[in-house]
Amino acid sequence: MSKTTPGRDAGAPSATEETPLKDPVLAATLAWLIPGLGHWYQGRRSKALLFFVCILGTFVFGLYLGEGRVVYASMRPGDNRFPYFCQVAVGLPALPALVQAYRVNHRDAPINFGLWKDFMVPPALTRPGQDNPSELDKLHKRLNRFFELGTVYTMVAGLLNVLAIYDAFAGPAEGNPSNKRGEGGEASSAPREAPS
Amino acid sequence: MLNLAFVPLLGVGTDLWYGLPLIVAISLVYSGTRHEQNDQILVGALRTGTWILGFMVAIFAVLGLMSWNL
Repeated sequence: MSKTTPGRDAGAPSATEETPLKDPVLAATLAWLIPGLGHWYQGRRSKALLFFVCILGTFVFGLYLGEGRVVYASMRPGDNRFPYFCQVAVGLPALPALVQAYRVNHRDAPINFGLWKDFMVPPALTRPGQDNPSELDKLHKRLNRFFELGTVYTMVAGLLNVLAIYDAFAGPAEGNPSNKRGEGGEASSAPREAPS
Repeated sequence: MLNLAFVPLLGVGTDLWYGLPLIVAISLVYSGTRHEQNDQILVGALRTGTWILGFMVAIFAVLGLMSWNL
């Protein structure tokens, strides 16, 4: 797929011509990795800043409310962390949870990211037969409603980034389009010469 | 005499403020995915935010009416 600006390849863009989507797959991948990065790559700078601030701000505020413990990857009996499937849509900022889960599952010490203690580490569960409250129980008790609030914030951030990823891939739903990815690319509908 | 029945409401009221940043972020991002121009995005975000707030107020009113004499 062409990584050049299709409109420029096809000739000088007119004043009313919209920003081309360049390589939509690459843009969507970048948009997933860091919210707004895909739009920045496409030259849609103001939207890139908007998505970066809104989505990442929501995610970081959720992390702050949950003291870095509301984003974690876990698929254990008694603790299937389904919200992580929404949170991971934020991309790179949510990926440390996978590293921490991998290390915990392999009995390695979690990485200390220096932000919060046990940042994105899956909380320990109570073993069968134990009556003591698990680390997850204590976390819920200590953070109280902020555990849920932080979870909701980080989930919403991920879901919003899904919209942003689609916008980087296909352009905005109304108005413009930038759906000129074919122009000059392999999906090009370049005019063919009529057979003589 | 202070009516203690309102105390929990005050607590709930403060938690509702946590919805405000979410409404702003959702409105802006949703509108950003539907429009390309900045002014259109802002107008769309205002419309979406108003719609969300109106919907929440309507639900709040319905729930308030339903629990009037509880």
